[in-house]
Amino acid sequence: MEQVLQQLVNGISLGSIYALIALGYTMVYGIINLINFAHGDIYMIGAYVGFAATTFFGLGFIPALIVSMIITAVLGVVVEKVAYKPIRKSTRIAALITAISVSLFLEYGMMYFVKAETRTFPEVLPSKNFRLGNVILNNKDVYIVIVTVVMMLILQYIIHKTKIGMAMRAASMDSEAAQLMGISVDNTISVTFALGSCLAGVAGVLVGVYYNSIDPLMGMMPGIKAFIAAVIGGIGVIPGAMFGGYLLGITETMVSAAGYSLYKDAVAFAILILMLLIKPKGLFGKNVREKV
Amino acid sequence: MKVINRKTIMLAVVILAIYAVVEMMIGQGIIDSYVELNIVLIGINIILAVGLNLVTGFTGQFSLGHAAFMAVGAYVSAIVTAKFGQPFIVAITLSALAASLAGVIIGIPTLRLKGDYLAIATLGFGEIIRIMALNIDYIGGASGFNDIPKMTNWTWVYFMVVASIVVIKNFINSRGGRACISISQDETAAEAMGVNTTKYKILAFVIGAFFAGISGALYANYFYFIKPDSFGYMKSIDILVIVVFGGMGSIAGSVVGAVVLSLISLFLQSIPELRMVIYAVILFMIMVYRPQGLLGKEDFRFKFLKKRVV
Repeated sequence: MEQVLQQLVNGISLGSIYALIALGYTMVYGIINLINFAHGDIYMIGAYVGFAATTFFGLGFIPALIVSMIITAVLGVVVEKVAYKPIRKSTRIAALITAISVSLFLEYGMMYFVKAETRTFPEVLPSKNFRLGNVILNNKDVYIVIVTVVMMLILQYIIHKTKIGMAMRAASMDSEAAQLMGISVDNTISVTFALGSCLAGVAGVLVGVYYNSIDPLMGMMPGIKAFIAAVIGGIGVIPGAMFGGYLLGITETMVSAAGYSLYKDAVAFAILILMLLIKPKGLFGKNVREKV
Repeated sequence: MKVINRKTIMLAVVILAIYAVVEMMIGQGIIDSYVELNIVLIGINIILAVGLNLVTGFTGQFSLGHAAFMAVGAYVSAIVTAKFGQPFIVAITLSALAASLAGVIIGIPTLRLKGDYLAIATLGFGEIIRIMALNIDYIGGASGFNDIPKMTNWTWVYFMVVASIVVIKNFINSRGGRACISISQDETAAEAMGVNTTKYKILAFVIGAFFAGISGALYANYFYFIKPDSFGYMKSIDILVIVVFGGMGSIAGSVVGAVVLSLISLFLQSIPELRMVIYAVILFMIMVYRPQGLLGKEDFRFKFLKKRVV
């Protein structure tokens, strides 16, 4: 039982990371119907920015987080303006391949600058263990969950209470009608990318702090996993992405704890495929009938 | 139309002549083993790209798991030749059949999905196959499968390339091929016109898998050694890039794409990180400025052959 609770704690930490990345996927997909393959790489760059901020500039945890958020948000907007804007009207396949090319560009461009080796993240949060009954709670677990929850609350506030959030919701429902209502869809899309990328940047720094090691290809798998999380929750649905992230994180740690750690990726993909086959709109998604 | 007419005879003569010239050059040592290696790689890529083009270009089903079928083919061929000592023809046949079977198993559930979802589902299946290969000790697991006899040579590669092009080209010009093209244009409309869309989507998928299996067998029996990570989703993306680069819905495009991209990566070999960056930029440029690919829908027409004989 303690073992299960302990794994639950680990799962929630991992799930927070997935949830943060999944939010960006789901927002972008909701607004321009594009699987932003480069999102995982923005998360990777967020981790590197955090690494540079803490190692070379000696910043603490929170300042590094903020620096990383700002830089990834800018990067997200740049990627959107440079790469995705020209192909917004083209076919799905062209859009997806463009996303893949942006992803390759960021991965290998980064590899060229920082070299392929794994780097060790400095210890910015001195490790402290709390005991809760028989479960050991590391302060990093607590930080991850707190930061994630705060981010999600801020995001919910932005989306539901502010003008720009209303514009985002309108644009994702019907971008043409939104435009007719006087919403600048271009700006709204940029803000969506900025918000999503900034959450990915947070996830990157958190992963660096939690697992202590980063490398230029670290974004590939979590990127795809976060997409799976977004699909589980119903793509375009924000609470769904959070739920999916936590579900996937907990499932993965449980599978690893049960001794099948080699199969944990396969389990994630199996969940994805089952989900797509049984309920392709996700657990929280709305059914939209296809019209000819 | 008779199958054996002047056009096909001329075509056969040209095909055999190309074969004979290259075979002679290899025999004479004009083409050394390094060049031969690259020719084999290009050939394998052509087979993969032509197969994927049928699925993605002609039928419009976006697959990101094509390398998985190659993996199935490679491992089956490795087992058949290395563990059971069977001749290569048996290995290639079994590889192609096993990959087709994998195509049926993966295709039936996933091809109900559309667009991005299909892409992600096939990516997932591809990764599952890779992870399974990583965990089976019989085939070497993560450390890979060693000591596969080298049986692939120019003859095998060339005739397999020709076979894949001829089969797929003829399929496209058949009733089934037209059905596939109609699916890519508008699935709902195709269905309304009485095309059994599920059947033809799976058929295209299985043909693509069949040839990917062959290419896997050629790969395994050329390089002595295979490991699951060679068939990850990056490999699938590589194949997709060839198809898109050459032009979706153009077999000639896939051939040109395979040759050009192989040459580009050959020239960029000394700067491996920049290679991928340049690759990404080329891909992006093509998508923005020429989304139909280098050749668009242009294809082999062999008009020049007709003219000469008429």
